[in-house]
Amino acid sequence: MEDLVSINNLNIEARTRAGTLKVVNDLSFTIKKSETLCVVGESGCGKSVTALSLMSLLPEGILNVSSGDILFDNTNLAQLSEAEIEGIRGNDISMIFQEPMTSLNPLFTVGEQVSEVIRRHKNLNKEKAWVSAVELLDAVKIPNPDKRAFDYPFQLSGGQRQRVMIAIALACQPKILIADEPTTALDVTIQAEILALINMLKQETGTAVMFITHDMAVVAQMADRVVVMHPGKKVEEGTVHEIFNNPQHEYTKSLLAAVPKLGEMASKKYPEPMRLVGEKKTKALKPIVGTNEPLLEVNNLVTRYPVKGGVLRRTVARVHAVEDVSFTIMKGKTLSLVGESGCGKSTVGRSLIRLVEPTSGDVNLDGQNILSLNQKDMREARSNIQMVFQDPFSSLNPQRPLFDQVAEPLRNYGTVKREILQEKIGDLFDRVKLPRSFMQRYPHQLSGGQRQRIAIARALALNPKLIIADEAVSALDVSVQAQVLNLMMELQVDLGLSFLFISHDMAVVERVSHDVGVMYLGRLVEIGPRQAIFRNPQHPYTQDLLKAVPIADPDKRKSERDLNFKPLPSPIHDLNYKAEPSVYRKVAKDHYVLTTDCGY
Amino acid sequence: MLENEEIEEPTIKPVKEIFQTFFKSYSAVTGLIILIGIAVMGFIGPIFYPTDPFDMVWMPFSPPGADGFLLGTDYLGRDILSQIINGARVSIAIGFSAALVSCFIGVGIGSFAGFYGGWVEETLMRITEFFQVLPTLLFAMVIVALFGSSVLSITLAIGAVSWASVARITRSEFLRIKELDFVLASRSSGSNNMALIFKVILPNAAAPIIVQSALLVGAAITFEAGLAFLGLSDPNVISWGQVIGSNRVYILDATYTVTFPGVAIFITVLAISLVGDGLNDALNPKLRSR
Repeated sequence: MEDLVSINNLNIEARTRAGTLKVVNDLSFTIKKSETLCVVGESGCGKSVTALSLMSLLPEGILNVSSGDILFDNTNLAQLSEAEIEGIRGNDISMIFQEPMTSLNPLFTVGEQVSEVIRRHKNLNKEKAWVSAVELLDAVKIPNPDKRAFDYPFQLSGGQRQRVMIAIALACQPKILIADEPTTALDVTIQAEILALINMLKQETGTAVMFITHDMAVVAQMADRVVVMHPGKKVEEGTVHEIFNNPQHEYTKSLLAAVPKLGEMASKKYPEPMRLVGEKKTKALKPIVGTNEPLLEVNNLVTRYPVKGGVLRRTVARVHAVEDVSFTIMKGKTLSLVGESGCGKSTVGRSLIRLVEPTSGDVNLDGQNILSLNQKDMREARSNIQMVFQDPFSSLNPQRPLFDQVAEPLRNYGTVKREILQEKIGDLFDRVKLPRSFMQRYPHQLSGGQRQRIAIARALALNPKLIIADEAVSALDVSVQAQVLNLMMELQVDLGLSFLFISHDMAVVERVSHDVGVMYLGRLVEIGPRQAIFRNPQHPYTQDLLKAVPIADPDKRKSERDLNFKPLPSPIHDLNYKAEPSVYRKVAKDHYVLTTDCGY
Repeated sequence: MLENEEIEEPTIKPVKEIFQTFFKSYSAVTGLIILIGIAVMGFIGPIFYPTDPFDMVWMPFSPPGADGFLLGTDYLGRDILSQIINGARVSIAIGFSAALVSCFIGVGIGSFAGFYGGWVEETLMRITEFFQVLPTLLFAMVIVALFGSSVLSITLAIGAVSWASVARITRSEFLRIKELDFVLASRSSGSNNMALIFKVILPNAAAPIIVQSALLVGAAITFEAGLAFLGLSDPNVISWGQVIGSNRVYILDATYTVTFPGVAIFITVLAISLVGDGLNDALNPKLRSR
């Protein structure tokens, strides 16, 4: 087939204060008509920059193409004038971005934004453009498009906004659609729908797709061919089956090894660290058996936030963030809470250490009821439960050196004498495998994975019994994610820690947990041993969630027919609303499924 | 391919980096040099040019350069050069201490309002708004008239009317930062509220507060000049505004009597703005990487 895009020996340089830096190094590849090419690589590997250079949108003076050609439809983009490029951009090449929250203009209705693009490129009058805008919104499957066209972006959900972005991108039937991590910010069910939509539109319109992602599972779902990039260079190129079944380059192999695949743990009773290529033979861990002694018992936990309104700022409604949730965490074991954004899983974690005050319920840690403690005793109790947060960039104080940050809990509780503080912190750095020379560094000098190790070291400082890991690895690149997960499992074996692992990523959860709880709209809809949940999901929501997870195997693609998710209802209810108690049906030993109507 | 295999870089403290950025900006350094020059002139200058600014040393309205007086004499025959040299001391002192006063009030009110929220915030911010809508010059005049025109009362008056902007900025920074995970992390590792406010959040909110306070210094200097122009200055010390005020009647006949002190105020405030801009660039991490 004919080449639509061919990039030859492309070099892109970044100008920084420290000098010029090669961001893209001698890159060549082609995209054929109506094929999907996935460009995959970890953050900072130059994949987005390549896409921007294809759009001629590189920020001038900061990033420059130093040599190489970009041929689009046999024309060299470098030889075109700005006006000619504007004719191509949006018309023949269009792009969708990662963040649906910020890529639409908040001041115009979505109908206006779609029809504006149509008017600019097709010379239609206002009414005709509006009609075709509504048709486009229908094509990207926005329900009631004639009415939703009058909505402003803030009235749409993240997934719907990304659909609008796709509608805008496809408005002029481009020859190629560049999608830069279009589903990274979305929940897995919505991601599955958007991926299916892009696949369907591609088949209907015959447009080529350049799909940029860091997620091998998404690659397996989308790609015809794959380009693997590793710091600025192409390390491997091939069809999707070649890459997944017979990877040649070490980097590709390690990337694939680091991706947890849903289902690969089905036959294993206990969690297992990931085997990493390139790392020295990891010492074989003892199986992470844990005990059957309960550490934390949570009964009927309810957390509601007030919604204030009116002149007097009275409470007018309540957000039912956590509604009648009960579970038990055993000593030395990991319980995972999974669910999509807004399901209340993070609020559960924060309620347990009363960073938010629960409305009612019992939380027993080793026989001590946490919710009835006064402030002073609560402070003591907190030393037994520590948290690791999601975003490694905001969870460390940028103004203080790492030593102080890890030492902060020890100083607060005064448990360690000053003379041995240095040694103690050094031990903690060893534990999380960071060199002791890092102690006087500042957070901005570390990579994301290193920061997360510091956060873990800080959590370990007080010898807690339970660590709440709130999406602790979801902001990390896969190979780093695997290392941090392995570290957590190693600590569990060595120290007998319990984890409450809060995550949206089913594949990671399958790797690390002994028990799994699935949350939806504030309720725990299903809870049980990991194998039972993954092999024999009972609740319709659990079943749909498992169906939505992309699998890093090109032979297990999903078609759009499999996917039919219901939109999330609002968890905000007025003051008179009486929430029903959660009633569970026993499926097997320790495996319970919710029978109360949870809105799904 | 382990992540620890990163290039070893020397440990640079953020503070050092801030200074580096600041001193790379020509305009900021120029401003700082001018400012230091004016301060040196005000505090050490009188030793080298001992003429008393209140003494009648020559006949009135001697034009600049004539009779050995570089900037001439005013309507009472006082040496304008000496007035400018000695006035610098008062302007700089009042400017900085008034800014410090408003910084203290503003940071105190803004941080508590932002941190605690709820009725604390409502009350404190209503008070702030009250001070923001008050006609500041009038209010300062009332304070000075009540407590007498001494350097101290003028400083406090200026500080008392100009803290509202600092309070608003502090509050908005606190609202933003208190939601960040490292504050939650610090709380869950046992820090109490005072430690959170002053040790964790405030250092991270410092950048915009410092910039705003730097700009307040310039505002306070012009404010003082305004008060002095209206006759509300300490009669025992000379200040630039006072010189302009007392010579204002002769603005058409002896323009230089008001021009020189005016230029002095202009240059000082301009220098402070340049320093403020430089601080803004140096402290704002988004601009720093450029």
